[in-house]
Amino acid sequence: MSAVSLALWTVRFLVVALVVAGTIGTILKDRYTTAQWFEFVLFGLTIGSLYAQVALGYTMVYGVLRLINFAHGDIMMCGAFAGYFVATPLENSGFLEVHPVLGMTAILAAGMVVSGVIAVLTERIAYRPFRRVQGFAPLICAFGVSFFLEQTFRGLFGSSVKSYPAPKWEGVEFHWAGLSVPGVDVLVIVLAVAFMAVLYLIVQKTRMGMAMRAVSEDGEAAALMGVDVGKVIVFTFALGGAMAGIAGVFYAFLFKQVYFYMGFTPGIKAFGGAVLGGIGSVPGAMLGGFFLGLVESVGPSLFLDGIGIKAPYELRDVIAYTLMILVLVFRPQGILGEHMAKKRA
Amino acid sequence: MKTLTKAATTGLLFGVGGVYLALVGLLEMMQARPIVFGAVNLGQAVLALLALACGVVAARDAGPAFARAGAGLLGGLVAGALMALLQVIVATVPLQGMFIAASPALRNMLAFGFAPGPGALAMLLGGGIGGLAGAVLAVTLPSLRRAIVAGAAAVVIAGVFQELIQLMMQYEGIIGWIRDFVYTWQGLRPQGAVAIFVIAGGTSLVLSHRSSADHVPSPDERRRRRFISAGVALLVLVLMPLLAGAYIGEVLMLVGLYILMGMGLNLEVGLAGLLDLGFVAFFAVGAYTTALLTSGSSIGLLHLSYWEAMPIAVLISILGGVLFGLPVLGVRGDYLAVATLGLGEIVRIVVLSDFAAPLLGGPQGVLDIPKPSIGSFELGSPVKLFYLTLVCAGVAAFIAWRLENSRLGRAWEALRDDEDVAQALGVNLIRSKLLAYGLGAAFAGLGGSIFATMLGSVYPSSFQLLISINVLALIIVGGMGSLPGVVLGAIALIGLPELLREFGEYRYLFYGAALIVMMRWKPEGLWPSEVRSRELHAAAGEAEPVAAMEPG
Amino acid sequence: MAEASLLLCRRLTRRFGGIAALTDLDLEVAAGAIHSIIGPNGAGKTTVFNCITQNLSPTSGEVWFRSERIDGLTPDRVAAAGISRTYQNIRLFRNITAIENLLVGMHLHVHSHWWGAVLGTPHTRREEARAHAEALKLLHFIDLAGRGDLLARNLAYGEQRRLEIGRALATRPKLLLLDEPTAGMNPHETSRMMAFIQRVRAEFDITILLIEHQMRVVMGMSDRVTVLDHGAKIAEGTPAEVQGDPAVIEAYLGVKSAAPAAARDHAASLLGAAASER
Ligand SMILES: Nc1ncnc2c1ncn2[C@@H]1O[C@H](COP(=O)(O)OP(=O)(O)OP(=O)(O)O)[C@@H](O)[C@H]1O
Ligand SMILES: [Mg+2]
Repeated sequence: MSAVSLALWTVRFLVVALVVAGTIGTILKDRYTTAQWFEFVLFGLTIGSLYAQVALGYTMVYGVLRLINFAHGDIMMCGAFAGYFVATPLENSGFLEVHPVLGMTAILAAGMVVSGVIAVLTERIAYRPFRRVQGFAPLICAFGVSFFLEQTFRGLFGSSVKSYPAPKWEGVEFHWAGLSVPGVDVLVIVLAVAFMAVLYLIVQKTRMGMAMRAVSEDGEAAALMGVDVGKVIVFTFALGGAMAGIAGVFYAFLFKQVYFYMGFTPGIKAFGGAVLGGIGSVPGAMLGGFFLGLVESVGPSLFLDGIGIKAPYELRDVIAYTLMILVLVFRPQGILGEHMAKKRA
Repeated sequence: MKTLTKAATTGLLFGVGGVYLALVGLLEMMQARPIVFGAVNLGQAVLALLALACGVVAARDAGPAFARAGAGLLGGLVAGALMALLQVIVATVPLQGMFIAASPALRNMLAFGFAPGPGALAMLLGGGIGGLAGAVLAVTLPSLRRAIVAGAAAVVIAGVFQELIQLMMQYEGIIGWIRDFVYTWQGLRPQGAVAIFVIAGGTSLVLSHRSSADHVPSPDERRRRRFISAGVALLVLVLMPLLAGAYIGEVLMLVGLYILMGMGLNLEVGLAGLLDLGFVAFFAVGAYTTALLTSGSSIGLLHLSYWEAMPIAVLISILGGVLFGLPVLGVRGDYLAVATLGLGEIVRIVVLSDFAAPLLGGPQGVLDIPKPSIGSFELGSPVKLFYLTLVCAGVAAFIAWRLENSRLGRAWEALRDDEDVAQALGVNLIRSKLLAYGLGAAFAGLGGSIFATMLGSVYPSSFQLLISINVLALIIVGGMGSLPGVVLGAIALIGLPELLREFGEYRYLFYGAALIVMMRWKPEGLWPSEVRSRELHAAAGEAEPVAAMEPG
Repeated sequence: MAEASLLLCRRLTRRFGGIAALTDLDLEVAAGAIHSIIGPNGAGKTTVFNCITQNLSPTSGEVWFRSERIDGLTPDRVAAAGISRTYQNIRLFRNITAIENLLVGMHLHVHSHWWGAVLGTPHTRREEARAHAEALKLLHFIDLAGRGDLLARNLAYGEQRRLEIGRALATRPKLLLLDEPTAGMNPHETSRMMAFIQRVRAEFDITILLIEHQMRVVMGMSDRVTVLDHGAKIAEGTPAEVQGDPAVIEAYLGVKSAAPAAARDHAASLLGAAASER
């Protein structure tokens, strides 16, 4: 294994050297103020909370089906579109300005329902025939689903980028210890954490959640114990889809853009988060998502600026993808996924 | 009762399919392609096909003939009702703010040019008649049915590709006379359509009569047939640009490029079982290396000639493949797919970034790449480059074919099936995997190199993940591990969409659908590799149904 | 190292997380022998194989083969050293043909490079022809003559078992490891398989280490038997010695001497005739 271990050690060394050199360089240069660092961290947490929500869907589906549902990012996109089509008339009629809570509830509900339903439909149409199939077929089918969803939405609603409405209350900023905190970020993080807490409770406490964990643990045994595996799978897709729908609404709210291709990149990154946390592990996915968001947001300034890279922010996706590849190479079982990885072996 | 429910459900499904086609914008676009000039366009043909298929499916297993007819009628009526409903809604509710395809033109089409009320009635009736016709078709003699289907298919093909076919018939004399008989400048003449229908249908009838007495071909015979059909395909490829002109030459150039890359990815995915989605990265390496080495602009490094740069580009691609392969050697299956996908994206972003701009030109790319020349003969036009591509693809195919039946090829197949066992039998995983990555990258790099000289410039935007997906899709549709499958896949997925230009934006919708459909119903591909056909043959006696679905 | 022993395991230990699948196992296999390892379910038999072939790396301990340390090598190097194996749940390359399975087994003994194959050099062609001839002979030996062009997955169960053994033989091993070659077979098929294994030893002049679940099966043909339970060796010796060992009977019974009659009968039937005389 010498050539391989040499390569692996070279990669390790390079990554560590880069991170250390970059960090030291950045600290020495002292280009960024505390307020800026705070901004990076806050944004990292905000975007991370969305990755975490999407990562949950990957991890839960992987748990019950051992399938990377590659189309999950696009399920998020569906939710964003649904939210957009509810938000726009609400904003135009002034309702969203006057009743932010009711309005947001309606928008989120639309995102959840549409994403959940589409997720269940994809399972029914595309994935069900592959329940027992090993090999590439399911993954390639998932690619097909991803393309199909994207292109369907492009055909239905056009390829132009639609701008999400920006209600006035959204511009609220909190001030605290000399730092300004955008209200949207707080809203997104708080709601995301709340929804994830609910999901965690569902998985831990309800009958269906327990059945889901049983299937993840050992599908055949669960079936023998009388768990209706088919129902569990549908439930998993619905739950993961709804979560992705919420993330899609928030994502559109943050970036103010809705377009058919918007789910792809966050989808891949969220998968990276799921692997980082240990695929199959629900808390792991949340953790991994947040971590990935943080690294992606802070990384360019912290690691890349220090070694003299111009416009480091352009490379933030590179950091996210690199982190994902490093995890896949060096620790495929992730942080919390010890036992799941063993089962893969 | 059950039959009725089933027929209604079938109608509902087909109706939903029709509504989908309409709202996604396909129907309206198809309307612009005439089949028989002034009479039938592609959109109407597809509607009719939907109704017919609905009837066939609804009538299946419905018992006696009259019950079948009833089931077909009901299915068609339900589907038609759905479409009629859509038409009325589009007419009354302003939907276009949301669904961009819900235009007056669409409504007009769905109403066959009538007002909403009568239009809905017409659609309902049309659906019913179509469904009934489908049911009748389902109960007629198989040979007759085949003849009708063949005739109709021939008419549709002759109509849809009329531009191309007419281009190839630019001769005086008998060919010119046939052309004038069959075509106007915008499509088939009715008389031409009838003639084609009769000829194709008749041929099918005659053939089916003959083949009923035919024997099952022996393996030798099948091999010979494969060789002959591959040879004919090659001949057509070689002669096509000469017959059909420069535009076809350009399309074929692209097809050739994808055949070349398909051969490379086929080694990795089809034989060695390494699902690589970062293939585009090595395509980019080949293109940029060629560009930087040869470009006459200020960013060019050495100003080499194309022939000097090409081997270097291939070597550097191989190096890239091996260097990337080393760390991911231990990454398996699905995880490898995602890791390689990440790599492809990283390469694209880096090439695009300001960081690498001084070297690679950033979004402006690298311009002024010379064309290759042999002596004083410059391979300037796409058609000439097509022959270069064809030669390269041929070499690639030859290498792939030789490797397939070699010690290395067997080792690849073994590790595709079971990596641990292959290793326990003495297969050196590192060597075999790196060879797969390296050779795959070589083909991709060569493709990139040709691509660079073809365009005369390279831009980061040319190296999207979509390239990887295109290549992957074509080897899957063609048949994983099958060399003729690669050619067929490239023609179907790269060539056809280029010919049907106006559907360009729907190309990836087709790809997505094709991937799902292929994986579900025909995982071995359109032209399965010999192993796979052998398998289907051998499985006749003692097949395991689940295992038979499992692609390698 | 003693000359006579072909394989030597010293204090071989393998843990999975907290569970010890194998603890301090000492095992010595004499050249030319048929040596059986028996033990109840989960005793750690397959783990021994995995640790010898380095499919799993031992947590601690040493493995010596022909006076060379082989633990720490990669599995392909172990194969090159002369050890080959079969699997408890048949692991053929299902999607390629029987003869190709054998040819993959010959990988180490086909001396050609990939560029030779591409160029079609005479050397490569000779090697291929030789390999094919050898594979055909092997196919004949495992009674699959004429079935070589079938996909491995389409062979009958017993044929698959024999093909797997043939594939292992194709690597020209000095030591052949067989993991429950009779699993899932009826008594008639089992005795045929045992006869086949004896034929393998005679024909190829190799040493065989054989895992069996039921002791009765291997009694007649083993030169030596090792009994494992809970990852440790509880008895070793000739079949007769092992059959009489109280610890062995206890392991198969799972209860100390005061066993219910039915259970004792069951154990007796597993252990074979000699035990029931006691
Ligand atoms: N890869 C693994 N991961 C975790 N535990 C394992 C693994 N392989 C084996 N074990 C455990 O080690 C113990 C010994 O297993 P082993 O397969 O060696 O038993 P065996 O004697 O071959 O049993 P059997 O007769 O059922 O084949 C068992 O408890 C098993 O659960
Ligand atoms: Mg075992």
